[in-house]
Amino acid sequence: MFDKTLAELAQGLERGDFSSTELTQAYLQRINTLDSRYNSFITITEEQALAQAQAADEARATGNGGALCGLPIAHKDLFCTRGVRTSSASKMLDNFVSPYDATIVSRLKNAGTVTLGKLNMDEFAMGSSNESSFYGPARNPWNTDCVPGGSSGGSAAAVAARLTPAATGSDTGGSIRQPAALCGITGLKPTYGRVSRYGMIAFASSLDQAGPMAQTAEDCGMILNAMAGFDPMDSTSAERDMEDYTAELNQPLAGLKIGLPKEYFSAALDAGVAEQVRNAVAEFEKLGATVKEVSLPNTELCIPAYYILAPAEASSNLSRFDGVRYGYRCDNPVDLEDLYKRSRGEGFGAEVKRRIMIGTYALSAGYYDAYYNKAQQIRRMIQQDFVNVLNDVDVIMGPTTPQPAFKLGEKSSDPVSMYMEDIFTLSLNLAGLPGISVPCGQTNGLPVGLQIIGNYFAESKLLNVAHQFQQATDWHKQIPAGAEV
Amino acid sequence: MEWEVVIGLEIHVQLSTKTKIFSGASTAFGAEPNTQACAVDLALPGTLPVFNENALRMAVMFGLAVNAEIGKRSVFERKNYFYPDLPKGYQTTQLAEPIVGPGFVDIETDDGVQRRVGLHHAHLEEDAGKSLHEDFHGMSGIDLNRAGTPLVEIVSEPDMRSSKEAAAYARKIHAIVTTLGICDGNMAEGSMRCDCNVSIRPKGQEELGTRTELKNINSFRFIERAIDTEVARQIDLIEDGGTVVQETRLYDPDKNETRSMRSKEEANDYRYFPCPDLLPVIIDDSYIEAIRETLPELPDARRERFISEYSLSEYDAGVLSAYRPQADYYEQAVKLSGDAKLSANWVMGELAKFLNQNDTDIKDSPVSAEQLGGLLVRIKDNTISGNIAKKVFELMWNKGGNADEIIEAEGLKQVTDTGAIEKIVDEVIASADKQVEQYKAAEPEKRGKMLGFFMGQVMKATGGKANPGAVTGILKQKLDALCD
Repeated sequence: MFDKTLAELAQGLERGDFSSTELTQAYLQRINTLDSRYNSFITITEEQALAQAQAADEARATGNGGALCGLPIAHKDLFCTRGVRTSSASKMLDNFVSPYDATIVSRLKNAGTVTLGKLNMDEFAMGSSNESSFYGPARNPWNTDCVPGGSSGGSAAAVAARLTPAATGSDTGGSIRQPAALCGITGLKPTYGRVSRYGMIAFASSLDQAGPMAQTAEDCGMILNAMAGFDPMDSTSAERDMEDYTAELNQPLAGLKIGLPKEYFSAALDAGVAEQVRNAVAEFEKLGATVKEVSLPNTELCIPAYYILAPAEASSNLSRFDGVRYGYRCDNPVDLEDLYKRSRGEGFGAEVKRRIMIGTYALSAGYYDAYYNKAQQIRRMIQQDFVNVLNDVDVIMGPTTPQPAFKLGEKSSDPVSMYMEDIFTLSLNLAGLPGISVPCGQTNGLPVGLQIIGNYFAESKLLNVAHQFQQATDWHKQIPAGAEV
Repeated sequence: MEWEVVIGLEIHVQLSTKTKIFSGASTAFGAEPNTQACAVDLALPGTLPVFNENALRMAVMFGLAVNAEIGKRSVFERKNYFYPDLPKGYQTTQLAEPIVGPGFVDIETDDGVQRRVGLHHAHLEEDAGKSLHEDFHGMSGIDLNRAGTPLVEIVSEPDMRSSKEAAAYARKIHAIVTTLGICDGNMAEGSMRCDCNVSIRPKGQEELGTRTELKNINSFRFIERAIDTEVARQIDLIEDGGTVVQETRLYDPDKNETRSMRSKEEANDYRYFPCPDLLPVIIDDSYIEAIRETLPELPDARRERFISEYSLSEYDAGVLSAYRPQADYYEQAVKLSGDAKLSANWVMGELAKFLNQNDTDIKDSPVSAEQLGGLLVRIKDNTISGNIAKKVFELMWNKGGNADEIIEAEGLKQVTDTGAIEKIVDEVIASADKQVEQYKAAEPEKRGKMLGFFMGQVMKATGGKANPGAVTGILKQKLDALCD
């Protein structure tokens, strides 16, 4: 059953092929057997999962179960989960048991999903390889010497290895789409504001957005139906009617206008990735789409702008981790300053400290205009680039990442080359636009991701485009060796 | 050298919303530590602020009351610094785009100096918690009940030229916010706190001197004393060849001195930036005009009305209109007694004395305006004298009850029966040969003053109940008869 999609498992539950309890037990068993290889889970919540599964079975038996009732899922470990450790993969929160549920966690619970556990990630979602986790790196199921991407690396690895049919992730600069691409799964970053951020441990508030990660676009739509919607607890969530994100999946693509940004196909792009992406575009042409070259002229400014704005916000967001009220506190502080310095010095890892320092510097008196304000101007220019192009085409397509999965340790001593991983993804966070990564081929045995970018709140369109591609291809059905079912 | 004092004030006013500015926790004062701090106030991971619209409405009310421009777009920013009672590691406040823009208030000191004080702006922000350094055996306790309480910080221009003007300005702000009902005005509980920026310059010099900031002063009297102390320190320092250092100082009311807290060099770089968790607050004219229509009569307008409607002196009108509960009390007493002057004397006299002695706010006065009004009616109709009324008031304060019941129960009704008074006058004259001889020996024009002794004796004999007018007449008549 582990090769089944979420939609197929839902049918199985509906038909009574198996119960949620059986399904949950089977996945827990598989996690316990296989995850030592991938290190994709930080915490396994077996007891709660079985209780939720039993409740789901009872609800289904009385006809009260919705579409997701009884389906297993796992959450990235930055979504607060009541009564469960929520660590953000940091020593700082290794002892933090959340007293409350994040909005998306409670919405998915209310929809009847079963939480298998909490997934590995880069510390405080800062990283593109999962190597900054306090709990050790998650590994890419396609090649365990390779990184699964990040920061939602545990989510992508767990779905790719079929340890869970679906997972939640968060995306501040590509953290859903890049690991989805590197692990050969489907990951959607919704429009900023579509999904509540309440209870999601903040990295960069104006960029953070939660989204679904699963085998297929259809599954992502099913989960988004439960996750999305206005939340009075999050002032930045969009007050906008909900829609059924699975309703338009089967729309034909004839006449779809696709834009290919010339800046995304430069010489720096890995040849194997370029080839697979071009093949995917050709597939869309077969489905009736038309393709034209477009330009996003400020693409090269994305990374410098992002690496001012995201660290600036992070430096402030992470100030609350001070050793005073919860989380890590150093032993025997001699005074207040010592308490702060050692609790934070010992509790945060190197990448988190690097970004706090960059952000603190960028916001400092005398530098604010040169860095923060300038980066905000660039952000508006980048947004305008997308608005202009999306006036002309329905979707923009390109590679999700400049290359496939790389080896553990390969980039960890070179932060700038690590930051370049997100060149195609983080511009969407700056612009607030939705994007989806779908598996579109392989190069040297490693998956390649196609990124599809749509207009604001065009999630249904993106899911439709991705679903039609997955009806015509089977890249999303590939299972890595070692994770056979 | 002659020095000019330059003062600007930053006043923090706690808004009397039921819940906090960014969370649903209660703002009530005095609860057990940390019982009014929810997940948002504790800055648990993942929590987000949601702006309390009541705080916005109150800030707009204030802006309208001080003739200010209202910011149709205002932006919350984060002021970043570490302190244990600041749970998020930043204070959410406003800087570049505050809710209230430039405005002004008119002030008048006790000695008649009038001045228009400009307001640079006023902004919304959240309060911090409290650090408690006693009772923890060398450690510190943190109480986060106050964390997230809404504040309006009112920043004046450096327009004041004396400590008296600064105190008058603070009183005016107090009068405005209490009249608007947006602050309970309780300074002892910290509902209004003052930072005073003080500098001096040679009289006639345009350029401002280096200022010091006196932090967290919580009474009008201390504002005056702290500024006077600091001005004297600065003058001594400069005249001795020193220079004033820009720094934050603490006023110690016990020693009546100011002490350095931290210098400019030690000041934090707060790294302000717009809070990405909160949207800019956008309001339009109709929102502002709807609030304008709800504004109560403001202190300046009420003062003018008290002068014209009740013929009060400017001073009395100023005092009575400065605090809305007092002004309301006064007007209720006038309504019941029908005597504006008598009511003013009692509210500012006997009532104020008892309130002060018992450290009681007029809102909590054991004697209501209705009770006082009933008492004043009995003075006016000569049932009791002013002196007896004070006795009745004291009983009323201590035991409750209305004036008529007390007068009846205590037998305090004034004696106006001339027969009874004549009898007592005769007894007093008969037992005071010495004073009668002196009266007779005195020149007629000086005799009036000598009546006092006899008056006192009669009042003593009647327990104060004799009608003073009647006694005076009878005494004069009988004593003058002896002189013929």
